[in-house]
Amino acid sequence: MFLINCPYCGERDQQEFKAGGEAHIERPKQPTELSDDEWAEYLFMRKNIKGVQFERWNHAHGCRKWFNMVRDTSNDEIKAIYKMGEKPPTQ
Amino acid sequence: MTKNLRVKSSEYIDETNRISFKFNGKTYHGFKGDTLASALLANDVHLVGRSFKYHRPRGIMTSGSEEPNAIVQINPGTNRTEPNVRATEVEIYDGLEASSQNCWPSVEFDIGGINNFLSPFFPAGFYYKTFMWPASFWKKYEFFIRHSAGLGKSPTSSDPDIYDHRNIHCDVLVVGAGIAGILAAKNAAKNNFKTFLVDEKNQLGGSTIFENNEFNKIDNKTPSEWLKKEIEELKNIKNLEIKTRTSVAAYHQYNYLLARENLTDHLEAKDKTNKIRQRLLKIRAKKVILATGALERPLIFNNNDRPGIMLSSAIKKYSEFYGVACGSKNVFFTNNDSAYESALSLYNKGINVEAIIDIRDQSESKIVKKIKEAGIKIYWSHSIVDTAGYKRLNSVSIMKLSNDFTSVTGSKISISCDCLGVAGGWTPAVHLYTQSGSKLKFDEEKEVFLPNQNTSTQISVGSCDGDFKIDEIIKNLNQKLKDNLNIKETDLDNIKVEIDQENSKRNIWLLPSDKPLGKTKPFVDYQNDATAKDIKLALREGFRSIEHVKRYTTTGMGTDQGKLGNMHALGIIADTAGVKMGELGTTTFRPPYTPLTFGTIVGRNVGKFFDIFRRTPMNDWHVQNKAEFENVGQWKRAWYYPNNGETMHQAVQRESKAARESAGILDASTLGKIDIQGSDASEFLNRVYTNAWSKLAIGKCRYGLMLNEDGMVYDDGVTTRLGENHYIMTTTTGGAANVLGKLEDYLQTEWPELDVYLTSVTDHYATASLCGPNSKKIIKKIIPDLDLSDENFPHMSFKEANIGHIQCRIMRISFTGEHSYEINVQASYGKDLWEKCMEAGKEFNITPYGTETMHLLRAEKGFIIVGQDTDGTMTPIDLQMDWIVSKKKYDFIGKRSLYRSDTMREDRKQLVGLLTDDPNIVLEEGAQIVSELNQNPVEMLGHVTSSYFSPNLNKSIALAVVRGGKDMIGKKLFIPMKNKNINVTVANPVFYDEKNERLNA
Repeated sequence: MFLINCPYCGERDQQEFKAGGEAHIERPKQPTELSDDEWAEYLFMRKNIKGVQFERWNHAHGCRKWFNMVRDTSNDEIKAIYKMGEKPPTQ
Repeated sequence: MTKNLRVKSSEYIDETNRISFKFNGKTYHGFKGDTLASALLANDVHLVGRSFKYHRPRGIMTSGSEEPNAIVQINPGTNRTEPNVRATEVEIYDGLEASSQNCWPSVEFDIGGINNFLSPFFPAGFYYKTFMWPASFWKKYEFFIRHSAGLGKSPTSSDPDIYDHRNIHCDVLVVGAGIAGILAAKNAAKNNFKTFLVDEKNQLGGSTIFENNEFNKIDNKTPSEWLKKEIEELKNIKNLEIKTRTSVAAYHQYNYLLARENLTDHLEAKDKTNKIRQRLLKIRAKKVILATGALERPLIFNNNDRPGIMLSSAIKKYSEFYGVACGSKNVFFTNNDSAYESALSLYNKGINVEAIIDIRDQSESKIVKKIKEAGIKIYWSHSIVDTAGYKRLNSVSIMKLSNDFTSVTGSKISISCDCLGVAGGWTPAVHLYTQSGSKLKFDEEKEVFLPNQNTSTQISVGSCDGDFKIDEIIKNLNQKLKDNLNIKETDLDNIKVEIDQENSKRNIWLLPSDKPLGKTKPFVDYQNDATAKDIKLALREGFRSIEHVKRYTTTGMGTDQGKLGNMHALGIIADTAGVKMGELGTTTFRPPYTPLTFGTIVGRNVGKFFDIFRRTPMNDWHVQNKAEFENVGQWKRAWYYPNNGETMHQAVQRESKAARESAGILDASTLGKIDIQGSDASEFLNRVYTNAWSKLAIGKCRYGLMLNEDGMVYDDGVTTRLGENHYIMTTTTGGAANVLGKLEDYLQTEWPELDVYLTSVTDHYATASLCGPNSKKIIKKIIPDLDLSDENFPHMSFKEANIGHIQCRIMRISFTGEHSYEINVQASYGKDLWEKCMEAGKEFNITPYGTETMHLLRAEKGFIIVGQDTDGTMTPIDLQMDWIVSKKKYDFIGKRSLYRSDTMREDRKQLVGLLTDDPNIVLEEGAQIVSELNQNPVEMLGHVTSSYFSPNLNKSIALAVVRGGKDMIGKKLFIPMKNKNINVTVANPVFYDEKNERLNA
């Protein structure tokens, strides 16, 4: 059970949160311009990394805010947490 | 008459408090402070169970939670019965009953014992190999396998006890209250850390508390005396909470641990009632100090499992702590000095020790000298090659070990005995440590796996970190506390420790016998009857990974989870395969460390507290009027209102007719309601719904369909424009929370530039939906000053009004196809509103109807229910709802997916109506639809999604999804059922009032 540092509320138990899949997949601004393959790439293709992964999380039973997390999926170490719209940490 | 083996009073046993209990139907006596195991041993009872596979007689082996054999059923046949309980952990009380498991008809005479003689036919993987063929026989095999599987019996009636959960947040959690744990907790708490100390036993002090050996001294006191003083001092320390009888079951990431506190299991039945039996402690600790100690290993030799063969350390504990001699003719078998401590304990209490068999060639420690002086015979460089005695050990045979330890030589000596203590060295209890995700490393010198790479903020102290001597423990603990807790001085700085122990050892994982291995039974995992032979067989058959060998041989898989035998299994694999133990690694230790009952896990979430349920403000009225309820999401919704013993069918037929003929009223409070405000609210709705919203006038309502990004229908509902920048959206009852979550997601992550605020107001409003040709008259009666003309208040519009002093929002919208109003009031006025409508509607025979009638009425109109007629694979085009998909809008959620090659296929499943040729046959929802009857296999074209008998049409109607159904109107199809085939005709899904004339009736 993780202890997650919500950027708006502070440290809370994992059960207050919902995981929201891979981060930094932007919805295409002009979907109609895309081929079926390009749209499918956005819609369906997700990475499943063993190691450092960028994820979206939501403080569903708290402030309801979405934020980003960098997590090492091999040992569940949370390496960074940052707000939506902020740049991901480079290291 | 049974022997009494109580030797000398122990301060932990209250001999003035005599307790009687039953084991396998026979009454025995023990004293307050005894465990079931110690009390049985005092009565000279060793045989307590039968092994799982061969049904071999087994006795008490240990004195703690690592016990593999003495697994009993507590209070059999009662509602408090519990299977698979370790006799070594059960504290006895008056009236306790326990019985052996895995034996029939009794532990003394067990039919299954025949398996022991057939054991050559039960090698490792026996089940995998034998029951594979012929495949058709599996059903017959399964019957017998199921019959012989499993250990104890679960209770058959409900649990009378109360369970509880508690959240604990602390700075330092110390697991284990042996000498290391006590000193760690004391120093942490003294330095202002909020400290929590737990131990699975009922007594603090671990094994040091009965360490009275004259060769070890702490500040010139015996370790036992010294530790008692330390424990006494704990009472005066602030910041320290101590829990005994509390076993940590799981150690999860981020220092989240689950522990079970046992509160009443040691009490008599009369003292158990109305008390919490067990409490699950959910602990989040800033730092964890593991002081979980070490477990003694047995030795692996031929027939090492007979009742009377025990761990040497257990014999010492029974003697020192419980004052019980485990036998009257004791022999020890060892590879280190530990057995000498046990022997000395017995000797000091005047209990006969026949001999010590030591696989080492010598030891020079003081304690060994003392044993020699006492005249106890020591056989150096000897090994036990066999044991005798079926239900109780009666002798051991020993032979001299060859120089390379792989065989035995010389003549065989037989030693008569009734108890054998084995000491195979100590294994650090690293189970919790590895559960936390931290990694072990094999220590070549100590020949044990030790904590190496911590992933959490934690330290391991004492023997679980490989410090087996008191001086090492104190010295290393002191340094670790200073380093990890940032403490400058501790009271450990000036402790003077004297120790004896040369502590030499010689590990031979599998001891040789004079017989070939194939003719011997050296047990590695007692509970699962896995022998060294099985492990070697697995290796011969090509298994290499320790995890595979574990599963193939079942080594380490019982309720004891290999606490005793795992190291030997690894050692034997390493020796046989010629690899280093460190390279082999260990199997994964999984939670729980000791079993947890379901009661503890669920706590108070049982019965009516099992799940949250939600009730509408009108609920009391529904109950008073005898409604039947159905669960919709977490809501309890009125399903139908049976009159005078009506069946559900009769009630629904009556309600449905009344709603169309005069007036009906439905409690629609459960619909999800989301308040949407902001200057970009219209643009937001444009993006989330398939249809256009910009031109919706203030005071008007519009039906919207929401898709997932994959183009599939997700939710639907009516949204009303309350003001320029203010809307109220309704969602399906079950979808409310998810819709809000999804909308928030888009707002926060994709469209943060939009000025929109979403608020869930589902619980803030109560909603009564009034429908039928007389609904207008009823509204007129309760709100006389509201102009209800079609010009002022047309279909799909909204008005604010007052019913007396109650403000309400009224939408003229319809889910039944009738002239209809939805009245929303502040939730607290919901029942009042409902009663006013009922009162005003009396003269029109207003009829309350439930969800079932609602479903029927909307099906007559061909209106979909998301989640019933759709299943996440239906696009609006599939639903024949092309009219609601805007062609003009550049984008909305899911739009692009409607033009994918797959979503544009003509032969997708599409929503159609079905009419049965016989109008009285009502189809089953979920029934499959085919176009050919005499074809095998036949293509399934689709299935029935909604089906009712319509009282208004006087015939059966159904909605269905059918492959290419859009172009099949009028076509005959078939529904093959178990006993008959039903002929149906594809129809338009709107069965009633196709021109919508009744909306304005």
